[in-house]
Amino acid sequence: MSIVLRLAWRNLWRQPRRTWLTTGAMVFSNLLLVFMMSLQFGMYGLMIDNTLQVFTGHLQVQAPGYKDDQKMRQTVADVLPLADAIRAELGSDRVAARGWAFALASSEERSFGIGIYGVETVFEPQVSNIPGLVSDGRYLASNDAAEIVIGKVLARNLRVAVGDELTLLGSGVDGSFAAAVVNVVGIFDSGVKDIDRNIAEMPIATFQETFFLDGAGHQIAIVADNLDAVPEIQSRVRSVLPSDGDLLVLDWNELQPGLKQAIQADMGSNFFMYFVLVVLVAFSVLNTQLMSVLERTREFGIVMALGLKPGRLGRLVILETAMMGLMGTGLGIVAGGLLTLWFTGNGLSLPGMDEMAAQFNLPARMYPEVSALSLLAGPLVVFLFTMLAAVYPALRLRWQNPVEAMRAA
Amino acid sequence: MHLFGVLFQLAWRNLWRNHRRTIIMLGAIGVGVWAMIFMTALTRGMVDQMVTDSIGILPGHVQIHNPDYLDDPSISNRISYTDTELRQKFESAGFESWASRVRVPAIVTSERDSRGVTLLGVDPVAEKDISFFDYAEVEGRFLSDSGDKGIVIGGKLADKLETGLGKRIVIMSQDPDNDIADRGFRIVGLYSANTSAVEEAYAYIGKSTAQAMLGIGDTSTEVVFLGTEYRNVEPVYEAVAERVDERVSVQRWYEIDTYLGTMLGVMDGFVLVWVIVIFLALSFGLVNTLVMAVFERVREIGLMLALGMKPGSILGQIIIESMLLLTLGLATGNLLAWATIMPLRDGIDISIVGEGMEMWGASSMLYPKLYLGDMVLASVVVLLLGFLASLSPAWRASRYEPVEAITKA
Repeated sequence: MSIVLRLAWRNLWRQPRRTWLTTGAMVFSNLLLVFMMSLQFGMYGLMIDNTLQVFTGHLQVQAPGYKDDQKMRQTVADVLPLADAIRAELGSDRVAARGWAFALASSEERSFGIGIYGVETVFEPQVSNIPGLVSDGRYLASNDAAEIVIGKVLARNLRVAVGDELTLLGSGVDGSFAAAVVNVVGIFDSGVKDIDRNIAEMPIATFQETFFLDGAGHQIAIVADNLDAVPEIQSRVRSVLPSDGDLLVLDWNELQPGLKQAIQADMGSNFFMYFVLVVLVAFSVLNTQLMSVLERTREFGIVMALGLKPGRLGRLVILETAMMGLMGTGLGIVAGGLLTLWFTGNGLSLPGMDEMAAQFNLPARMYPEVSALSLLAGPLVVFLFTMLAAVYPALRLRWQNPVEAMRAA
Repeated sequence: MHLFGVLFQLAWRNLWRNHRRTIIMLGAIGVGVWAMIFMTALTRGMVDQMVTDSIGILPGHVQIHNPDYLDDPSISNRISYTDTELRQKFESAGFESWASRVRVPAIVTSERDSRGVTLLGVDPVAEKDISFFDYAEVEGRFLSDSGDKGIVIGGKLADKLETGLGKRIVIMSQDPDNDIADRGFRIVGLYSANTSAVEEAYAYIGKSTAQAMLGIGDTSTEVVFLGTEYRNVEPVYEAVAERVDERVSVQRWYEIDTYLGTMLGVMDGFVLVWVIVIFLALSFGLVNTLVMAVFERVREIGLMLALGMKPGSILGQIIIESMLLLTLGLATGNLLAWATIMPLRDGIDISIVGEGMEMWGASSMLYPKLYLGDMVLASVVVLLLGFLASLSPAWRASRYEPVEAITKA
């Protein structure tokens, strides 16, 4: 066995330049694959977390049809006791009930139509990052206070500051006229213009009273410790729901179908690019190995005439390819890993990226994430295709006639 | 010129001495170039569609506003020109299309529910070419003139409000004195758009009706201009800018929709990076092929040198061989790309990730766009970089010492 290994190794270095160039193609592709995948998976994780932590959470309890229509009367009855029951079942505080309505908010000078969340003031900070982003004033104090927190752009447009009053006009759950006067106690700055311009939060009891909800709300948001725990929590929450009702427990993918699909679309186009890179490497290997076999036609003819089975020669060619493939894979993983690690420490930022990133709730500077998957997946596929590319040159040997081969130029 | 002919013929014949190697290399270049152009065509198609859709909604290539309006879209920040003044300025200036409009945030209330919308007071005659939907495709009818008393809303908004054609809805907004301006409208038409978000966002009423309801006389909040091509808006921009003074601000579409503006720039950059990455992956194989071709012919090159051929001719011969290989590969790749894109020009249905594409701001039909410019860019990059990559092997070949080369085994 060791003689075959040695033979393969020596054959590989008969043409060091060719071997290095072919290995170089593999290293280049592996480097790109490792880096891109690390960046991609790091980005997807952030995209999911950052999008869900604004309002959505990992799970929500809703009335059927509410997700698509968001009609005022598609309510969850007795939402506060139900939220308490879910908290007790899960033993977690990261559960909060909400109501949602549209209203015309008027200050002394200006009026704008906005969306208002009625929130549980104690538990909302556990499920959403908005309460933590209050940059001026404070968050809501108690469930029945006549208070409101609004976004920074809205505050500017309405020309109000902390301490000013807002009048809300809208319609209640029964279609009747709803109105309230509330105090602006805080202004949040999420950095997302649409949220800062259009969203406000007020205490849930005040909200229910204003919009005649009679103890009802529209959603209960639940945050799990990680994405993997979501299915289990989903079934536990289901067990707490009233058995006679038709309430639904929707997971984040049902709530934000765009998120997973945006990731899939991005993955689709990335995998196309990866695949092209891998195919190009395979061509390179095929070329090299076929040349190296053709060069040795005479030599192979002689050893075959001496009694060596063509199968054994085929295995020799495969072994040479495997050695080259292993070098390319090893060096590629090391180089890709180092490059990725450097960017993990320093972050990556491209011109114009902050604008793009904001659309997907991403920070302007990206940090790739090295994982076993991103480190190994690409190089393994490259290795696999490398070996596939060696099949044809190896098989050619089987059809070789020793006498003709020896006569070849 | 005669010398070139000879070298060309030599290079061509040399190329086909080892036809297997040449064919494999052609395959690799073909696949690489195909991937460059195919991917670019998909990206271009997506971005074109996004920009076209978005310009339809904005609408227009150039807009003018009160300088404060974009940050604070209130009725108080109107354009200081009256309709008559606007007509004097722009009527005879030869714009493709232009229209003045009233655009304010409003609350729309049906018997069942209320929502925040952007209310647009438009002149249906002037907007005919600007509007993103075809008047004829509106369910019911579109507004007939500026004084029309009806309202046209999106189909999705009608669903959410549980209202429909012929029903009445109430619009509430703010007048310049911050009193609530409200008025009942009968729904005369329902329009449809590519995304439900757009259908929910805009409600259309006659411009004179809007001016009367808001009590703003004959003023408006924005004037929109359409040029011929979204990539070339400068002529329109300059024509508008020289007709107005500093009381209004003039913006190009990419200054209003900054996400889209950066997206366009990022995509242009992406195309170039992609082309270069693919080329680098190819270059290993290319250099490898040339190195081998030179290596096989050391004796022959030595002989040619000994017989008096200039080193420059050897260099030229090898570079011509490389360029021939690349040109054939480019032709293959371009043809392949054309052949695969043409059958897809009626659009690729990617609605399985439709909601994800909506997050990117793109629609769920993808129309690949094959631009001559992109094909030229890919070809030029490949030839140019290919030339650089072949320099080193060609240079080495031309520097052989004839005697040493001839005696080499």
